[in-house]
Amino acid sequence: MKIFATYNIKGGVGKTATAVNLSYLAAADGYRVLLWDLDAQAAASFLFRIKPRVKGGGKALIRGTRTIDEAIKATDFDGLDLLPADFTYRNLDLVLDAAKKPQQRLGSLLAPLSGEYDVVFLDCPPGISLLSESVLNAADTLLVPLIPTTLSVRTLDQLTDFIGGLDGSRPQILAFFSMLDRRKRLHREICEQLPAQRSDVAATAIPAISLIEQMSVQRAPVTAFAPRSVAARRYAELWAEARERAGLPQLSGSSSMP
Amino acid sequence: MQSVVRQFLLDGDDGAEPDQVLKLPGSAFAVSGTSRSMTLRRLWLDTFDWRLYHSGLALEQVSRAGVTELTLTGRDGEVLASDRFGRAAAGGPDGAGRARPSWPGLLETLPLGPLRDRLGPVVGVRALLPVARAVSTVREARVLNSDEKTVARITVDRMSVTFPAAAAVPMHLAVSALRGYQNQALKVADLLAEAPGVAEASQSGLEAALAAAGRRPGDYSSKINVRMAPRMPAAAALVALLSALFDTLLANVHGTVRDLDTEFLHDLRIAVRRTRSALKLAGDVLPGGMAARFRPEFKWLGDLTTPTRDLDVYLLGYPDMAAGLVAATAEDLQPFHAHLERSRAAAQRQLARGLRSARFARLRRDWPEALAGAAARPASTRPSAARLAATRIARAHRRVLRDGRAITPASPPESLHELRKRCKELRYLLEFFGSLYDPGEHWRAVRELKALQDCLGEFQDTQVQREEIRDFAAQMMDQRAAPAATLLAMGEIAAGLAARQQRARTEFTGRFRDFASPAGQSRIRALTGVAAA
Repeated sequence: MKIFATYNIKGGVGKTATAVNLSYLAAADGYRVLLWDLDAQAAASFLFRIKPRVKGGGKALIRGTRTIDEAIKATDFDGLDLLPADFTYRNLDLVLDAAKKPQQRLGSLLAPLSGEYDVVFLDCPPGISLLSESVLNAADTLLVPLIPTTLSVRTLDQLTDFIGGLDGSRPQILAFFSMLDRRKRLHREICEQLPAQRSDVAATAIPAISLIEQMSVQRAPVTAFAPRSVAARRYAELWAEARERAGLPQLSGSSSMP
Repeated sequence: MQSVVRQFLLDGDDGAEPDQVLKLPGSAFAVSGTSRSMTLRRLWLDTFDWRLYHSGLALEQVSRAGVTELTLTGRDGEVLASDRFGRAAAGGPDGAGRARPSWPGLLETLPLGPLRDRLGPVVGVRALLPVARAVSTVREARVLNSDEKTVARITVDRMSVTFPAAAAVPMHLAVSALRGYQNQALKVADLLAEAPGVAEASQSGLEAALAAAGRRPGDYSSKINVRMAPRMPAAAALVALLSALFDTLLANVHGTVRDLDTEFLHDLRIAVRRTRSALKLAGDVLPGGMAARFRPEFKWLGDLTTPTRDLDVYLLGYPDMAAGLVAATAEDLQPFHAHLERSRAAAQRQLARGLRSARFARLRRDWPEALAGAAARPASTRPSAARLAATRIARAHRRVLRDGRAITPASPPESLHELRKRCKELRYLLEFFGSLYDPGEHWRAVRELKALQDCLGEFQDTQVQREEIRDFAAQMMDQRAAPAATLLAMGEIAAGLAARQQRARTEFTGRFRDFASPAGQSRIRALTGVAAA
């Protein structure tokens, strides 16, 4: 079981859109996929039309009084299940703080699912917190969306330093540019230079396209409702890069393509 | 991830249309239009003697667009194990692409894995054969909640059976729950159950297919199943028995000729042996000359089957034999295995030729005619079936006691072989007339006899195998196919057989003492006494 997490300290950079589309693509490849919507805003749950509610709330899950298994809901797509968000997730830090070994908690909660899923995506809320530390600890690959600005490079460096200072297992980082606006010269330059200079930056960049915003109207991944669009093709390329970095083989099946 | 919560039949004669039924009128659910239809080729597999069915299992192979999935389900339809073949399975999470298995086939046809592990103890050495085939046209409708989230799926399945006979099956609806939406799926099922023309489906896919084609699962067993009444004329009882035995014999001819597995021949042989015993021990109640006319034919048939079966016994026991070697290694024995395989292939050709011969064709034609003729004759009511059973069982019992008591530690192996034959005759008689007796008393009478037979069987089988392995060695020497290491390994096996035979010889005294004890004797006499009354 490979665990991917979409993570950035900043909000509104395309974390949820990435988690939703990549988890859809992984399932379409034939992997058994679970997406955990860890953000109390519940955007991923909304996009899959699943009510953001978990019996007993985040507390029951983290403490283990209810199993993750009971809370999982099937999406409308074969092979893709979702662990919904819950409004109580806003307090997950406090619950984690009260738990033993909080940094390792998420990983140990997911471990029993390894026979059932090949791939897990964690869609994280922005910020640096105990929850994000637990996510960084559990994840094999950290997918970091960056807005193509000079500041974003600094952000990536800070994140790399931060992960370097963590105890225990550390994820590999795969940053990629998100919300790329090709009309802006700076965007174009950074997107061309950085992937060539740094191995932890993906070659693929996700453009700022209104079709991606349409997801909240269609309530489905853009890769599902417009699979031939530019946006869908970029996500497919990003998934291919992420998959290879994580050492997952390419599967030939695309049985759940609509 | 979805699981079927309830299944229904749609009775087309009631004018119930799936599109109408699927609207779930009056509910909060919306139903999306059905998907494009998909054609599935379905095939159910079982052994000839229905081992899966009798264990509450069903093995179904579904093929669609180049992908084949083999699924084993339990009594409640729960999936116990499955395996995929064909192009989409190539590079799948569970391994490389594999060719679809072809049926009939032995379990070794399947790749190693959970499915084969699960089937192994049930299927054993028997081949898996297609028991039904069907083509299904499947459409799927999604049931949506107020957020337009799919909460359940309804599959509409129009199935036509193509084997064992062409037949149409009522339209089938299955409600599946999506993970986390079990309650909604149950509500949907309740709504469907209320719809006109919809009835709960009580049969599995296999049962429905077989029922439509007019076949009953579990319709073959090698056991004798002839109901006799105590007062029926003995001749009629014997004709019924011989007819049933011949049905069993014929049922196994095809599988024996095609060499599907070793048990077809085994069952065929037992039917022949039982027939021969019935003719020998009770054939005198049949119309004049009938038993005498057919006894040589069944002897010929029995002898025809012996070489292949003897080699089967060797080959089936081979893995244990090889594993039991102490001084030699399994590799040393390999040329012996090759020799057994070659000899068996030759014996099997001979056997198949015999079963295709004019002589067997004549027997197939003449024997049922003779039986029908005997059945049509106004039989004398004397003796009754019960009387015949009592006298013949008592006689066979006396013979076993007489021959057994004559055996001393100095007796030659042949005398034990003769006793084994007498025991077999008694056993067959008890089986033939089993339906006349109380099952509990019958079981007690057979139990000690069985223990004695097992012991004599072990003695005789090891004797035969010891003689055979000498012959095999001589043959292999002639064919220059016998390296010294192989001959030494075969010698070790011969020594093992001799030790087993010696153990059986030692056990014999105690087994026979139990059987011949006053209590043991009274158990058989209780039976014949009741029957004669």
